[in-house]
Amino acid sequence: MNWIDIGALEDIPAQGARVIKTAKGCVAVFRTAGDEVFALDDRCPHRGGPLSEGIVHGAQVTCPLHNWVFDLATGQAQGADEGQVATYPVRVQGGRIMLDAARLQRRSAA
Amino acid sequence: MMGERLVVIGAGMASGRVLEHLVEAAPDAFDITLFNAEPRGNYNRIMLSPVLSGEKAYAEIVTHDADWYARHGIATRFGEHVTRIDRARRVVATSRGETPYDRLLIATGSAPFIIPVPGRELRGVVTYRDLDDTEAMIAAAKPGAKAVVIGGGLLGLEAAAGLALRGMEVTVIHLMGHLMERQLDPAAGYLLQKALEARGIRIHCKGATKAILGHDRAEAVLLEDGTTYGADLVVMAVGIRPETRLATDAGLDVGRGITVSDAMVTSDPAILAVGECVEHERQLFGLVAPLYDQAKVAAATLLGQEAAFRPVQTATKLKVTGCDLFSAGDFAEGEGREDIAFRDPARGIYKRLVIKDDRLIGAVMYGDTADGTWFFGLIKDATDIAPMRDTLIFGPAHQGGATPDPMAAVAALPPEAEICGCNGVCKGRIVEAVQGGAVTLDSVRAQTKASSSCGTCTGLVEKVMAVTLGDAFAAPAKQTMCKCTDLGHEDVRRLIKARALKSIPAVMQELGWKTPGGCHSCRPALNYYLLADWPLEYRDDRQSRFVNERNHANIQKDGTYSVVPRMWGGVTTPAELRAIADAADKYGVPMVKVTGGQRIDLLGVKKEDLPAMWADLNAAGMVSGHAYSKGLRTVKTCVGSEFCRFGTQDSTGLGIRLEKLLWGSWTPHKVKLGVSGCPRNCAEATVKDVGIVCVDSGYQISVAGAAGMEVKETEFLAATPSEDEACEITAAFIQLYREQAKYLDRPYKWVAKVGLDWVKAQVVEDRANRAALFARFEISQSVYRKDPWAEHAKPEERRLWSAMADLSLEAAE
Repeated sequence: MNWIDIGALEDIPAQGARVIKTAKGCVAVFRTAGDEVFALDDRCPHRGGPLSEGIVHGAQVTCPLHNWVFDLATGQAQGADEGQVATYPVRVQGGRIMLDAARLQRRSAA
Repeated sequence: MMGERLVVIGAGMASGRVLEHLVEAAPDAFDITLFNAEPRGNYNRIMLSPVLSGEKAYAEIVTHDADWYARHGIATRFGEHVTRIDRARRVVATSRGETPYDRLLIATGSAPFIIPVPGRELRGVVTYRDLDDTEAMIAAAKPGAKAVVIGGGLLGLEAAAGLALRGMEVTVIHLMGHLMERQLDPAAGYLLQKALEARGIRIHCKGATKAILGHDRAEAVLLEDGTTYGADLVVMAVGIRPETRLATDAGLDVGRGITVSDAMVTSDPAILAVGECVEHERQLFGLVAPLYDQAKVAAATLLGQEAAFRPVQTATKLKVTGCDLFSAGDFAEGEGREDIAFRDPARGIYKRLVIKDDRLIGAVMYGDTADGTWFFGLIKDATDIAPMRDTLIFGPAHQGGATPDPMAAVAALPPEAEICGCNGVCKGRIVEAVQGGAVTLDSVRAQTKASSSCGTCTGLVEKVMAVTLGDAFAAPAKQTMCKCTDLGHEDVRRLIKARALKSIPAVMQELGWKTPGGCHSCRPALNYYLLADWPLEYRDDRQSRFVNERNHANIQKDGTYSVVPRMWGGVTTPAELRAIADAADKYGVPMVKVTGGQRIDLLGVKKEDLPAMWADLNAAGMVSGHAYSKGLRTVKTCVGSEFCRFGTQDSTGLGIRLEKLLWGSWTPHKVKLGVSGCPRNCAEATVKDVGIVCVDSGYQISVAGAAGMEVKETEFLAATPSEDEACEITAAFIQLYREQAKYLDRPYKWVAKVGLDWVKAQVVEDRANRAALFARFEISQSVYRKDPWAEHAKPEERRLWSAMADLSLEAAE
């Protein structure tokens, strides 16, 4: 584990997301209405839509391009659609959002 | 190899069906040329009555459009009369020359019968046969004007009901003792008369027309008994006769109609005929079902297959909304015939069955026609009804001890029972389609053609679907907003107002939402309803907005955005164009495109560049064009009287004024306007949500057009000499739409649901209500008439548009 501070919880609107740039594309960091935080690849497996721009409802997000719905905790597509998005360990400490850089690194190396 | 040359004369329902069969079975067998005297292709003639009444638009009843003919390589010669058939040389002649044929199909249909009374040639006397007649009637149908319909048969009554719906004072003159005497017995005729009279239509039976009075146009109708009725419009609907002149002149065998064999071939083996113009075994045909049977046979004959036309019994239904009427078979009284009758005067129900030799031979029903199909089946199959005679009149639900479940009647129908009379579709065919995966009405229509012609069997088709699918059948009427609630959009809108719910969590809590945060479908709808209903109290929730409205730009498939600055009324300046060009250069815009809405689209902009680009455009005086919103998009204009030699008013100026009035407003779906400076309509105003056409006397406002997946001409709302009033009516119409429509219904869909007459009453006739709507619109605009780009381009906002952190270097180590 290698926790990196990526910003304040307040920087993300509730029921919204912001992105983090990495060498292998963007990671979307979501904040739910209940202040839970999740990090997923910002790329829908269907047509590459930016999930960070989707509508967040409960602990799910709907892709803005073709309405695929993903569970934020597992990255699993819901309903009839099949597909999964990679998820990353993330936690909130004292109002700061911490992301596991080790996992990000492994993804980049893969 | 070239196909045989097939020439078709007449684009009606019968010949249209022949063409469908031919291009489906053997697309290359014929080089087809289609002549039609009407300047248009094939449309569903039996749906002219809903067009007359305003319940449907012409575009909705077109069965074959130009694209269909083109796709199947059919050469169309519309508006060209065939004047002669030269059988010896095998050519048909029109005023423009001759066309050779190998096979000829005559489908000239019928002509309306004109009773030979004095005054029949006056202006204002029309028949009811085609779209031109229908349009002539619509043009004459001024509210309060008087119409006399001569003829109380099917067509006459549909015309009368349509004209009454358009606000005319209508009188029907009928020669016989009761209405629709060929289909109804006196008792059912009386009930029908009562129902029509209750709608304000005057019925005069046993009335013989003596003359139509008037100087240069019709003013009144005089009857033999001395009665006169004032008439601005006289509709003759007394009957039709086969149109046989061409065939007679060509020397073909003609009786009352063109004589055809079982194979639909005339006395000349190269020539076939179908439709209302033919006579088969001394019988003429007027209803659509046998015409479709003829079409099938004619297509087979043309393709060299054996086929024979066998006329079957047909049933009749009246297409007047609210008058439920069914008749089939023979119901005259006679030797050896028995009647079973059922009357419920309180509910206005009448049913009568005629039985001979233990077989049902006729049925007439009024008020409750649900069992009509079942009775019709018994007549066609000559079923022995002796075992169920006592309960026969109560219908199939009461046979064999079944419970009186409303679905039971349909469930009890055998597979061969006919459901759609127009297209001859039986229950088994529909069940087969449903089991094959057609679970929506549209897909059943597409696969079987059931309910695709006159539509009166739609309810029955839905019942068959429900019986087949069980719980899986979703009746279209009870649609819920989404899976998060059992309430429909209309219920939610009503409850938001009634219970003063002013936030999304309040709506979800009070109305029992089943999911924690709604979904992508209900959240944008709720956000819209709340901001439309509580403009001063509710704060727009960006996180409940679809990406385009949240980011004030249209997302593209690669995640970049398009930026469209507003160009008021489509007018720009060199300075604006320079600023746009500079922005395109500065932010590396890959494509600059002129839009259909008269402005410029900068495509391929990165999200993080949006605020800076907006700031640059703001600095040059430009604001958001809202090209991404369910809101006011563009007001398209032509140059109008300022420059154009035909312009009657300043259409550009009015367009700019309207756009400045309406911009920034949120609506249930996008709203586009057009303002044309004269009826040449260069701004294409008549396919917009609101279209204004300037004329010498002022402004004609029409609404509810569309030019997307559906194309629909606008419908006339109001005319006014005043530009101020045109603006007020437009804004009031949009406010009514904002307050009433379901989210994502374009105005044309909403108007179709509530009815144009209601809209007119709200925004045109009731001036106080119009003023109140306009005032509420202005209250909302006091909040929303502002540039969202300026707000997000503020320096402190800009960082929210780029990444929260950049780990690309660390991750690369």
